[in-house]
Amino acid sequence: MGNVLTIILQRLALGLLTLLIVSIVIFVAVNLLPGDFAQNILGQGATEEAVASIRRDLGLDQPMLSRYFGWLAGVLQGDFGSSFAQMNFASFSGTTSGATTVAEQIAPRFANTMFLAMVTAIIAVPVAITLGVLAALYRNTVFDRVANITTLSSISSPEFFLAYILILFLAVLNPILPSLSNIYEGMAFSERLEKSLLPALTLTLVVTAHMMRMTRAAIINLLASPYIEMARLKGLSPMRVIVKHALPNALAPIINVIALNLAYLITGVVVVEVVFVYPGIGQLFVDSVKIRDIPVVQACCLIFAAAYILLNLTADIMSILSNPRLRHPK
Amino acid sequence: MIWLIGALVVMAGLAWGFRFAGQAATGNAPKFRDMPYGVAYGYVLGAAVLLWLIWAYMQGRSDDLAIANKFFFLRIAIEGFIIFAIAAWLFRILGRTVGTAWSKKMFRSMPLTAAFGILTILIYAILAIFAGVFAPYGQEQIIPGVAANIVPGGDPALGGNPDFPLGTDQIGRDIMSRLIYGAQNTVGIAFATTLLAFLLGGSFGFLAATLGGWLDQLLSRIVDVLMAIPSLIFALLLMTIASVWAPQLGIPLTVFMVVIIAVIDSTRVYRLARAVGQNIVVMDYIEAAKLRGEGLGYLVFKEILPNATAPLLAEFGLRFCFVFLTIAALSFLGVGIQPPLADWGTMVRDLGGFVNYAQFAPLAATAPLLAAGAIALLTVAVNFVVDWMLQKSSGLKE
Amino acid sequence: MSESPLVKIRGIKLEGRSDEKWNPIINGIDLTLARGEVLGLIGESGAGKSTLGLAAMGYTRDGVRISDGTVEFDGIDLLKASAAVKRGLLGKRIAYVAQSAAASFNPAHKLMDQHVEGPVQHGVMSRSESEADAIELYRKLRLPNPEEIGFRYPHQVSGGQLQRAMTAMAMSCRPDLIIFDEPTTALDVTTQIEVLASIRDIVEQFNTAAIYITHDLAVVAQMADRIKVLLKGDEVETADTRTMLSAPTQDYTKSLWAVRSFERPNKPAVQTGSVPVISVQNVDAAYGKVPVLYDVSFDMHSGRTVAVVGESGSGKSTTARCITGLLPPTAGQILLDGEVLPPDYRKRSKDQLRQVQMIYQMADTALNPRMSIGQIIARPVQFYLGLTGAEKRRKVDALLEQIELEPSEYYNRLPSELSGGQKQRIGIARALAAEPKFIICDEVTSALDQLVAEGILRLLARLQDELSLSYMFITHDLATVKAIADEVVVMKDGRVVEQGGKVEMFKPPHHAYTDLLLSSVPEMDPDWLTNLLAQRGVDNIGDAAVDKM
Repeated sequence: MGNVLTIILQRLALGLLTLLIVSIVIFVAVNLLPGDFAQNILGQGATEEAVASIRRDLGLDQPMLSRYFGWLAGVLQGDFGSSFAQMNFASFSGTTSGATTVAEQIAPRFANTMFLAMVTAIIAVPVAITLGVLAALYRNTVFDRVANITTLSSISSPEFFLAYILILFLAVLNPILPSLSNIYEGMAFSERLEKSLLPALTLTLVVTAHMMRMTRAAIINLLASPYIEMARLKGLSPMRVIVKHALPNALAPIINVIALNLAYLITGVVVVEVVFVYPGIGQLFVDSVKIRDIPVVQACCLIFAAAYILLNLTADIMSILSNPRLRHPK
Repeated sequence: MIWLIGALVVMAGLAWGFRFAGQAATGNAPKFRDMPYGVAYGYVLGAAVLLWLIWAYMQGRSDDLAIANKFFFLRIAIEGFIIFAIAAWLFRILGRTVGTAWSKKMFRSMPLTAAFGILTILIYAILAIFAGVFAPYGQEQIIPGVAANIVPGGDPALGGNPDFPLGTDQIGRDIMSRLIYGAQNTVGIAFATTLLAFLLGGSFGFLAATLGGWLDQLLSRIVDVLMAIPSLIFALLLMTIASVWAPQLGIPLTVFMVVIIAVIDSTRVYRLARAVGQNIVVMDYIEAAKLRGEGLGYLVFKEILPNATAPLLAEFGLRFCFVFLTIAALSFLGVGIQPPLADWGTMVRDLGGFVNYAQFAPLAATAPLLAAGAIALLTVAVNFVVDWMLQKSSGLKE
Repeated sequence: MSESPLVKIRGIKLEGRSDEKWNPIINGIDLTLARGEVLGLIGESGAGKSTLGLAAMGYTRDGVRISDGTVEFDGIDLLKASAAVKRGLLGKRIAYVAQSAAASFNPAHKLMDQHVEGPVQHGVMSRSESEADAIELYRKLRLPNPEEIGFRYPHQVSGGQLQRAMTAMAMSCRPDLIIFDEPTTALDVTTQIEVLASIRDIVEQFNTAAIYITHDLAVVAQMADRIKVLLKGDEVETADTRTMLSAPTQDYTKSLWAVRSFERPNKPAVQTGSVPVISVQNVDAAYGKVPVLYDVSFDMHSGRTVAVVGESGSGKSTTARCITGLLPPTAGQILLDGEVLPPDYRKRSKDQLRQVQMIYQMADTALNPRMSIGQIIARPVQFYLGLTGAEKRRKVDALLEQIELEPSEYYNRLPSELSGGQKQRIGIARALAAEPKFIICDEVTSALDQLVAEGILRLLARLQDELSLSYMFITHDLATVKAIADEVVVMKDGRVVEQGGKVEMFKPPHHAYTDLLLSSVPEMDPDWLTNLLAQRGVDNIGDAAVDKM
């Protein structure tokens, strides 16, 4: 058991290290911006005070290394700095609006995105795995071929195409679901679910297709192993072969598939949120990119990367835990 | 909802009956005798979906405009599917009768999906190369005296114009011309980006596989870090920075986009090229060449590369799809290919609102769907071909 | 009990799917097996032995189908029986022992859980009864720690033990028939003998009928009452083991038997004082920090063959890697014609590289599949000898003739268009093209069928006489050693255990390990195993004997 623990600790440390390096990459990338940072962002028409306040706020007079550590220390305490857009707005209007820090801006939207991802995962994971196992069991049948063509088409389509198709059929031609996801705080759960359903379904289509194909491949690979043939030649029922002999070994690949696809969701969420005007972190990210609100972009990037690394790490650790060779060393 | 559950329950009964009837009719043939109940249910479910599609198609041809409108898109989809299937089938027959012995043999073992893929890719390639010949108007041309937002279909009674079969956009440009030029721009840029990604990732990957040691370690760790950031997010971050640099340096933003996406994507190519390379490097014929005293150039170009073409070609297809979709997504989000260049992603964004008119004027909603569909069709086609290639090469191994 | 046969197969035809069409694997074979009888199925790779063995269970793998014929087991037509009836027979009355036990045990469950599954599911025994029975079977099969070994996971048990555990599992329901599909092919000789003895004992004890599939004639001679010889999906002949061994009727069978008789005449001893072509002197080597070779020394002389023998992991291939320079030794040195070779091949001169050539075990991976035969052989000709144009072509043609392949026919072919033996010949030609003094032959015949392998050995022997080459012949097959070697080096765990001339090495007395290794190689005599066991005792064979050293 000590063996497994060391490996897991190693992976954890590696994940942390990766995250640290990623944070450096993001920080350096942003600092590649030419000229005076503050002036550039605010444009030529900005007031002297606004520029000076940002300079002070970001400590632009200090060297890059100390700025990085300052930023990192802030991030570790949940402080991602202040949003340019909000500060700009505040400096023009002379009032202090509600949410000036990046953290305050991101927090509710992050929760919304997590909600969307959760709804998607709850629909997609069971459907995809069931269909994937079925396709593997009945491979090369009509069902498998239809599933293959459908999933391949679904993977190949851009998310916005699927989104518009769903809007067309489920919101416009048959008004079952709303096509805009105007979610606000304090909304009832059922209403919130209804408004999130169409974006969730769009994501489900893409993720399910990926997950199903990967599950199918993993199961087919598994069913070809000699110990499955052996189980069949022992006269076990097909059900028992699957449940007792295939599933324990399929766990690792399937968990891997799920984690990888949840990681994929992170990217998919951006476009889908924009189509449905869903107030999540993806939409905020795209908006901030357009107005070059650097602190927000930086923060979103780091959050996306952290989630991505975390999911991959989970997959890694789960597959270590489910490997009998590592669990029961010689 | 109740109807749906009811139908599923009825089908459960039908499935049992179907299996029983099958057993009785065939004298308990093994096919029916050993059929699990789930499979029987699957057959019935499949039949029900097929029946519903036929019914929906008939509805789409109904004389009642309200009903016909409602099923218009389904009708188009079914018709499109059948036309594509027939075209692919004819194309395959053509391929089997014309050409060299090698190409004939290839077409003989080709599934219909792959034939469809190759046909579609050919059509796109021709459209992209000869866009100027096929397009009736220029991509940036705002035709004087022509209204904006003409409905597609070319039927004046429905607000169309026969000169513009697919209508005009929000500032009065011909949508068909823009779609055709879109092939040139979107596909061309995606192709160039993929090539660049392959050049970068491929050469570093093979170098790492052949030389190994610290170079391999260094490159692989860099790639690990770059791959830890989701690619679309990373692309958006870098595009933000590029959008500040571009006007200062006087380089079009599109060039930055090509380089950024190529670099991000080259990490994936690197991984594959390295893995493929490593599989080849452990072969005894590479050891034999090394022991003969051959240099690095001979090893890479004569011994490794010729054996890596098949997986690399398949990967090229997959990468192209990925790059193509990333560019489309960036354009859709407004930070990709810049106007006035015609581009499918941007067109979807600009015309997307028309989807909401589908209930009353189905034709109006087709414009954004056509642009989005053009993207989907090409990626589907490429994926079908790649799928076939992968299956073929894995089949050879067994 | 009725005297009807246990298994009756009539006119069975099997087909396999490849290249989008069905190709025949077995073209109509009859097979009859009486109760308690052991039938040996032998043939070269591609003869269809395994497919036929599985078909006797009414089972076909994916992509294989039975197109004609009948399979009856104890009067039950297996091809017409329902899936449920077949399931009731499999495991309970018909059991299977696979080639690779390591792959055929489910890695997620303990051996015992897999053992009791059959009896419990078939309702033959309760779990506790079956567990007690398993321990009894483990004991009968002479597994170490029979009480505990069942509670281990497959990866915690060695290959030979796993193979016996799998035999125990097959026995768990006391079946009427067991199909053994090459159960010892993946094992080392010293381990194999132990497994063979165990299997034979237990099959006799329970009077179980068996179909024993193998490509090894000597093995089948020990195990089977009757032998059926297959060739490319057809039956060649069937006869009692003794009859078959002493008086085969068919030419093909006779030629299989004859292979074993190839042996080169003994050469006079090396003159003292002559400089060896390659001299390995006190070589130590390690992979990373793990030491694999300790103080290895031996000489190889011009015109002679040194066979390096040992089981997997004994360090024979590592020694070859040290000689070629792929793995620089951590201590000691390699001499070529009395001069020290740089340890790393990258530091060696072109001429030094030229003198040491190599022929590989797997001809498939040794030839670049994208190059034509002509290109493959021409490259060293051009690289080392600097020949170009017509001169180069003439040299390549001469080399092809030397390896007995028609130049005009083979020059433009790709390796994939050649048979295994032909590919190996190309590997030989590529080595000869460098005009070397010394060639390392790494298990060059072990992937080949026996007839083909013999052709390769004869070719190598002829080339040695013509060109006075020096061979280092790495092998685990002692029959090959007898056929071609002049001197023998025995290795174990990275050390040279014993070395000397072939004649002395095959005559006792020896070092205990050499003795064990030599005595473990099955011979064609059907009484060989019985005699050996009587002579040495069951505790002095296999791993048990190795452990005692």
